[in-house]
Amino acid sequence: MTSTWKVGTVAAIHAETPTARTLELDVPDWPGNLAGQHLDLRLTAPDGYTATRSYSIASADSGPRVQLAVDRLPDGEVSPYLVNDVIVGDELEVRGPLGGWFVWRPEQTEPVQLIGGGSGIVPLMAMIRAHEAAGSTARFRLLYSVREPGDAFFAAELAELERSSEHLEITWVYTRKTPDGWPTPAGRVTPAILEASTISAAENPTVFVCGPTGFVEAVADILVELGHSSGSVKTERFGGA
Amino acid sequence: MAVFSRGFTGRRHEQNDALPPGQYLTEDFPVLSAGPTPKVPTDTWQFSVRNENDDVTTWNWDEFQALGPEEIHTDIHCVTRWSKLGTSWRGVSLDRVFEKIDTSFEYVMASSYGGYTTNVPLADLLDGKAWIATEFEGGPLDPEHGGPARLLVPHLYFWKSAKWVRGLQMLPTDEPGFWEQNGYNIYGDPWKEQRYW
Repeated sequence: MTSTWKVGTVAAIHAETPTARTLELDVPDWPGNLAGQHLDLRLTAPDGYTATRSYSIASADSGPRVQLAVDRLPDGEVSPYLVNDVIVGDELEVRGPLGGWFVWRPEQTEPVQLIGGGSGIVPLMAMIRAHEAAGSTARFRLLYSVREPGDAFFAAELAELERSSEHLEITWVYTRKTPDGWPTPAGRVTPAILEASTISAAENPTVFVCGPTGFVEAVADILVELGHSSGSVKTERFGGA
Repeated sequence: MAVFSRGFTGRRHEQNDALPPGQYLTEDFPVLSAGPTPKVPTDTWQFSVRNENDDVTTWNWDEFQALGPEEIHTDIHCVTRWSKLGTSWRGVSLDRVFEKIDTSFEYVMASSYGGYTTNVPLADLLDGKAWIATEFEGGPLDPEHGGPARLLVPHLYFWKSAKWVRGLQMLPTDEPGFWEQNGYNIYGDPWKEQRYW
């Protein structure tokens, strides 16, 4: 099951931001995955040296297609290869799906608040896609914090969903530079923003927060102050503190 | 059969005998937690052990520190593949704790402020292999890293080193804790790469 490595072939690549891109892999024996799960990806050098990292999965399809969206870390060992070097047709080894906590299942009917920072959108995007694909009428709200408009992952798809979906609302937060004509100045997520633009604790939402450690720590602390129970706030952090 | 990654050479400074298979070195200290960080003041902190007769032994912060903390130098290994070598901690050995506990049960469920649980065989907590740590690199342990006190079981993957630990429950058999019910291995030996089930 999760213990065996599977070979995926890169079927498509698109740029997401200046430092990130989406890789679509065809993994013939992929068992499918829940929205929010991750996988391990292993690179092997000619002499057998290997390097393995975990990546969130942006898709939640039942078929063999698995989508990853990878941000290049400045001193990374694996992410620069995935962002700069991989081409369509390359083979990559993956293991998974992994993780049974930070997941959304289509049979869940309670309101869901998604809060993402930067590349932390990736597992949340899988949830949004699963929600759409299932025709779920559960209320979904996304708050997506990025430094500037060009740093948004899945920008076109989110814009289209924002227009078309009856059950998804999106709030954008720009921390360094806003789009032209944006009504509020750039700045980090504050208690006031979370209170005004997320599903309130009174509605008992499940809240998924994913992003850099500092972002997730700050957001989760505010959510608890706003009355959300700790058990209803699920977090996934990356990077050091 | 290995699938070679065209043009990939990797960073060879990561080859190190202290690094378990599949791990990479990190200099920073990544944070992995399932939910918000609990804020636990030391003046209300308590730590307790419950045995098979439901006898509960409880320490407050000062009583616990009186057990005698010691310096710990160890490597730590996270299941998400980062390892940190030569970390320094200060904490109370669980040998000191279990001197006070009467039990014949061989398994332990650790539980935390915030609701986290993880299971560890008692043998893995004794003989200088595990501590309740309260300091990291010379200062109080930060809340996001499990402060004021976390379990430290560095010979197992780091999810076993429960943050914000508040108690241990003795059990007759091994039962899965939080991550162990959510896809992670029941034991978690990094040298055997016991990551997932």
